[in-house]
Order: sequence, then C-alpha cells, then structure tokens
Amino acid sequence: MRRVITATVQNRSGVLNRVTGLLHKRQFNIESISVGRTETDSISKMTFVVEVPDHQKLEQLVKQLNKQIDVLKVSDITDKAIVARELALIKVVSNSQLRNEIQGIIEPFRASIIDVSRDSLTVQVTGKTDKVEALIDLLRPYGIKELARTGLTAFLRGHQPQVTDLPSYSILK
Amino acid sequence: MSVEAKSETQTGAKPKTGADLLVQSLIDEGVDTIFGYPGGAVLPIYDALYKARESFDHILARHEQGSVHAAEGYARVSGKPGVVIATSGPGATNLVTGIADAMMDSLPLVVFTGQVARSVIGTDAFQEADVMGITTPITKHNYQVQSLSDIPRIVKEAFHIASTGRKGPVVVDIPKDISATIHDENYDTDFHLPGYQPTTKPNPLQIKKLADALVRSKKPVLLAGAGVLHGEASSQLKAFAVKHSLPVTTTLLGLGSFPGDHELSLGMAGMHGTYAANKALYECDLLINIGARFDDRLTGNLNHFAKYATVAHIDIDPAEIGKNVETKIPIVSDSKAALSELLSVANESPKHYEWMDKLNAYQAECPLWYEDSQEKISPQWLIQKIHEATDGDAIVTTDVGQHQMWAAQYYKFTNADKWVTSGGLGTMGFGFPAAIGAQLAKPDETVVAIVGDGGFQMTLQELSLLQEKGLPVKVIIVNNEALGMVRQWQEKFYDERYSESLLTVQPDFVKLAESYQIRGLRVESPEELEHIIPDIFNYNGPVVVDCRVLKLENVYPMIAPGKGLHEMIGVKP
Ligand SMILES: Cc1cc2nc3c(=O)[nH]c(=O)nc-3n(C[C@H](O)[C@H](O)[C@H](O)COP(=O)(O)OP(=O)(O)OC[C@H]3O[C@@H](n4cnc5c(N)ncnc54)[C@H](O)[C@@H]3O)c2cc1C
Ligand SMILES: Cc1ncc(C[n+]2csc(CCOP(=O)(O)OP(=O)(O)O)c2C)c(N)n1
Repeated sequence: MRRVITATVQNRSGVLNRVTGLLHKRQFNIESISVGRTETDSISKMTFVVEVPDHQKLEQLVKQLNKQIDVLKVSDITDKAIVARELALIKVVSNSQLRNEIQGIIEPFRASIIDVSRDSLTVQVTGKTDKVEALIDLLRPYGIKELARTGLTAFLRGHQPQVTDLPSYSILK
Repeated sequence: MSVEAKSETQTGAKPKTGADLLVQSLIDEGVDTIFGYPGGAVLPIYDALYKARESFDHILARHEQGSVHAAEGYARVSGKPGVVIATSGPGATNLVTGIADAMMDSLPLVVFTGQVARSVIGTDAFQEADVMGITTPITKHNYQVQSLSDIPRIVKEAFHIASTGRKGPVVVDIPKDISATIHDENYDTDFHLPGYQPTTKPNPLQIKKLADALVRSKKPVLLAGAGVLHGEASSQLKAFAVKHSLPVTTTLLGLGSFPGDHELSLGMAGMHGTYAANKALYECDLLINIGARFDDRLTGNLNHFAKYATVAHIDIDPAEIGKNVETKIPIVSDSKAALSELLSVANESPKHYEWMDKLNAYQAECPLWYEDSQEKISPQWLIQKIHEATDGDAIVTTDVGQHQMWAAQYYKFTNADKWVTSGGLGTMGFGFPAAIGAQLAKPDETVVAIVGDGGFQMTLQELSLLQEKGLPVKVIIVNNEALGMVRQWQEKFYDERYSESLLTVQPDFVKLAESYQIRGLRVESPEELEHIIPDIFNYNGPVVVDCRVLKLENVYPMIAPGKGLHEMIGVKP
C-alpha cells in the first residue's frame, strides 16, 4: 500500500536523521520525503510517501515514529480529504522549433517554462504526483536531460467530510 | 551523597566550569555511583569529579565495556539509572555494545561521552567519532550539548527519559570546550517534552474486556515478562494469578517476577523453556502477556504460536503490541497499574480443573531432566548446588551460552530483581562486570556470577575491581573447554563439525585469580564440589572457581530453529 504520512517534529539538529534512520532500520521503503518549517518557530513538518505491505506494518511505522522523543504527532492522512502537492523541474532537450510545441503540451498542466537555453528548456510543474508523472511521460519523447522532484508535501483540507470511519492507530487515545 | 559535600556546594562558591555544572547536576539527581574511564575529552569533567570526590564512588573498570555492563547490572538490581562516563572516540565506541544491550533489555542508563571541541567537530579531529550518529539507533534518546547553559536541563531530561515509561539508555555527548568553559550564564532546569508522554494507566474498557475474557476462558495462561519487574508488580502478579488460579510462565528476562516454586508456576517458556510452559502457550485459549515483547526465542515459529488463543497484551510501549503477535485485547499501561486495576474489577473466575490437571501432568511426565554423572560434574547439578548453598536467594548474573540456560532452568528464582542476564542482544562478556555493578548496588547480598570459560575471557580484566573495591563476588566458571552453545549447535545442526568452538588452550584461572590477590579454586569432581561449596559461600571475599564440567553436555529440551512451541526435542523420555 502506498501511504501518505505526516509528522510534526521538534526542529532539532539530527531529527531528520533519527526519522530516516528509524525507517531504514525497520526496513520501511520511503518513496519520498519532504521537510520544512511550519507556522510555529521550533516545529517542522515532514511528509513521507511510503510503500508498506499491510496494515500491521503501517501500524508499526506510525507507532515507531510516535515513539521518537522529538516527534510530536504522526498522522496517516492517505484516506482523508487532503491537499497534496509536489514540484518537479524538468530539463528537456529542445530548440527554437520545438519550443512552441512543448509550450502547447505543458499548458493544460499549468506548468511553466522557467529557463531556456539554445538546446534545452526547463519546465516547472506543481501538482499531485499523478499529474506530475503524466507530464513527465509526455515530455520524455523529447529527451529529458535532468529531472528533480521535491517529493510530496501535504496537509488536511480545512473541511473534512463527516463520515470518517478511518482506522485508528493509537490505542492510547 | 555525603552530607559534607552537599553543604559545601550549598555554601561554597557557584559551579565554575561546564564540567562543574555537570557534576552539580549529577549530585542534584542523587547520583552516588559513577562507572567511568578518563581521557582527553573528559579531562575537565574528571577534574570537576576530583573536586567533588566526596560525593561519588567512581568505579574505574579496566575497559569501557566493563563500565557499561557494570552500570547495567547496577541498574537491573537497583531500578536506578546506571551512570557512565567515557572519553571521545575510542572511549565512546567501546561503550557501544553495552548501550545496545541496555536498549534491547530496557535498562536505564545515562551515558556521558566527551566530544572534541565544537570548533573542530566534523573535521576528523583527534579522537573524534560521530557519537550521535553511532548511538541514535541504539538509544532511547541522545543529546549533543550545544551550549553550556543547557547542561542542567539536558541532564534532567536524560534522567527522566532513561527512567520513565519503557526504560532505556540515553547518551549525552559533551564537547570539551563546553565542559572547560568558565560558567557565568544563567540557566533554567525546567523542561518540557511534548513528544514524550508515556501512557501508564490502562484504558478501563480494555480492562473490562480482559476481565470478561477471563470469565469465559477454560484454558488461560499468564506470561510474565521483564515488564512486570520494571513495573515492580510482582506482588500484584501473584495476587492476580492466585485469585483466578492462573498458571504462570515467564520469559527468560521475566524470571523471578513470579515465584518459581509456586504451584501455579510452569517455569520458563521458549526455546529452552519447560515442556509444560510451551504446551500451555500452544494449547491455551486465553494468553495474557504482561510485559513481554514476544521475542522470537520465546515464540518459536509464529505460525504455531498461541494459535488457539485470544491474546491480551499489557505493555507500556504501544509499539510492542501487535508487533509480532496479533492482539485482540491491547492494554497500553504500566504493569502494576494494569494489574491493580484488574484485581479490583475482575470477579474470581471459575476454576479450570481440567486444564490444570493437564498442565500438572505435563510437568510430572516431562520435567527438566539430565543424566546424573558420577565422576564428572554435570553443569545442571552445579547450578542446583549453587541454588542450595545460597538458599535460592542470591543475585545471579550470567554470561551468554549454555551456562546461562542452565542457570535459568535450575536456579529456581523466587524473588524479583535477583536475576541479571543479557537476553535481547545476548552479549558475551556481560555477566562478570554486571555482577560487579549488582554487588555495588546491593553490598549486603550474595552475588554470584555464573559464566562460561569463553565469555569470561572477554571481560575478565575487571578482576582488578574485585581486588580494588573488595567486592565479595563469587565467580563460577562453568568450564567445558568450549564455546558450548556454539558447539551444541554444530553438533546438532552441522554434523559435529566443531568449527572454532573448542577452547583447548586456556589460562590457569586459579593462578589468574591469585595474580589479582583473589582466592582461586579448581573443582573437578562432584565430591570436591560438595566439599568446597559451603566454603565458597561462607568466605567473606571474592572467589573465582574454575569448575570443570562435562564437556559435551547439551541444553535440553529445545525448540529447533523454525519449529513451533509444540515441537520440542530432548524432552525427558
Ligand atoms: C542463548 C539465549 C537463549 C534464549 N532463550 C530464551 C528462551 O528460551 N525463552 C525466552 O523467553 N527468552 C530466551 N532468550 C531471551 C530472549 O532473546 C529475550 O531477551 C526475552 O525473551 C525477552 O524477554 P521479555 O520480553 O520479558 O523482556 P524485554 O525484552 O526486556 O521486554 C520487556 C517488555 O516489557 C515492556 N515493559 C517495560 N516496562 C514496563 C512496565 N513498567 N509495564 C509494562 N510493560 C513494560 C517493554 O515495553 C517490553 O515490551 C534467550 C536469549 C539468549 C541469549
Ligand atoms: C559478543 C558475542 N560474540 C559471540 C556470540 C555468539 N555466542 C553465543 S553463545 C557462545 C558460546 C559461549 O561460550 P562460553 O562462554 O564458554 O559459554 P558456554 O556456552 O560454554 O556455557 C557464542 C560464541 C555472542 N553471543 N556474543
């Protein structure tokens, strides 16, 4: 199962190492991870996309993360109403003839060209992972020279639908 | 802490350096015993300790691994965190095995390591090692002090984290410039750990569920683990078992949490547990696990483990529940709180005569057994003799291997906190230094270190400490001239190809002891042992006994790797 997990953590040195080290030690497969500051000074937020085999392993992952002293809160937000975005920079082989053609491809994705050189151009796209991947697939035939992705970052929407029979992973609360 | 020292620090000048502040923080925590070894990066700390030497008993083990295992032994029998100090680089890396061991067995330690000065961290400076990187996966938490004024708060946090919830080791790495700096800052000792709030009280709904399951059960069994000992819940456990007539088995680390001679006791379960205990776990319809983490040495092949049972698991660490075994009734709680609650809500359950009869029959038909030997000492018999000579009430530490299993099987522990062994990591070299720590924590009790001839040679340099501190530890070397446990597996599973497991060349352990001015004895026959054993335990000082035992004896019964609890081999014919 592919799950989106967020963790709020104390912004202390070594915290990223603690968390990734833990996931590695317990053999969890991280697809992407993004980290950044939040509205509160001393607190950062991490978003992981992980591939876990089953619910039992997922529960372990959440509990083990929770056990870290610098980790304040862990949520599996996969099944909630969320906004989730990632950003990709894609450097594509191109010349002046192709530029318009590529422009036409990226427009429906609301992506933009942010750098141009004689034999390449760089596209910036933001969105959900499947959208980003769809665009990458469309650009691949032109020749991708370089690709960089931030990994997903996400949080809950302001409004959550009422029916929330989500599995609960904390026996404490 | 001595009274003079306290008044001196109260009336005397304020602490002067970071190191003084550290030492004052240790005094404030009530620390009176430190296991440490000096070196460049901790020179300022050792200077501060020198000034405060009235306040501490400093134990200079002869190798840092000895320090940390001694601190573990101290922590295991006293319940207080063991405090360790080592220098940067090699001093710190020599602690790694002990820290990992304490992490596995949930022992509270607070370990201070020196670090190179902040200005050169990351430059491969002399004796620099990435202690934070190395110890992150093997500690409950770790800190590198970045500012002098943080020292008192970090020390407080470290002791709090090490000794609450699921206990464990905490490392505090202190750059040398911080401990050497003159201190004139203000500091605050208040701390707030929003990410660390262990649950200690059980959820009443889950308690009710368990009480209901208990009434319905026809074949219940209690499994007591080290969590009963950490929660100081042995008397509640006994009351609970007696109230509901529940048969009780323990893990290796839970030995002593329930009296081994009680009529409800089935003995230890698992790979080298009793037949009755393992059959009980296999056949039961309700398994109540209190403070055991369902380790693979206990469960055997998980597909066969408690397969007919509803499993209830009481554990202070939510991550242990459901980790290995599917759990219907999860109770996140301290063991004592949960047992007290259970005692107050659950009505006496109906008696399970049929089940008890069955288990009693297993015990009667398939008890632990070994073949008597006339000329040579059987290691099992040796343990029984030690039990007899110490009225079953000594603190027993062991190393790792066959002797460890025989000690677990034949020293019927009746009291809590008398058993000190390395379970999760299985660390050879643990037993002897752990005995030193245990004796320091309990100076008036008899402490016996039961060790193998192999493992003893990993840390025997600590004989110096027996001599220096006059500690009356009785060291019994169960000498089979082999790495016995390895040899046994090679005999059974590798067609007797004894690859590097025979120790034909050994020191003269008697002379070795004598060279440390310690009494050394060698016994080779059962008569000799009978004759000398009262003398060993009446003697008012340390003794090292080289006890020559049957060389090819094996530990039975056992569950072969990959097999279930119902597939024991070597059961009494
Ligand atoms: C050679 C060898 C052979 C072995 N053979 C066996 C064997 O036959 N049988 C066997 O059982 N083991 C055996 N072991 C040991 C085994 O590897 C484990 O160390 C052992 O089973 C763990 O026991 P435990 O779960 O009780 O203790 P721990 O591993 O210490 O776990 C304690 C549990 O209690 C919880 N806890 C802590 N504090 C509290 C509290 N206050 N309240 C509630 N819960 C708490 C913890 O979260 C944890 O889950 C062997 C080891 C060696 C080296
Ligand atoms: C540090 C370490 N190295 C290796 C092992 C693997 N090991 C487990 S038991 C054992 C043999 C122990 O021999 P000995 O100390 O003589 O005790 P015996 O089994 O003979 O009682 C070995 C090598 C270990 N547990 N720890």
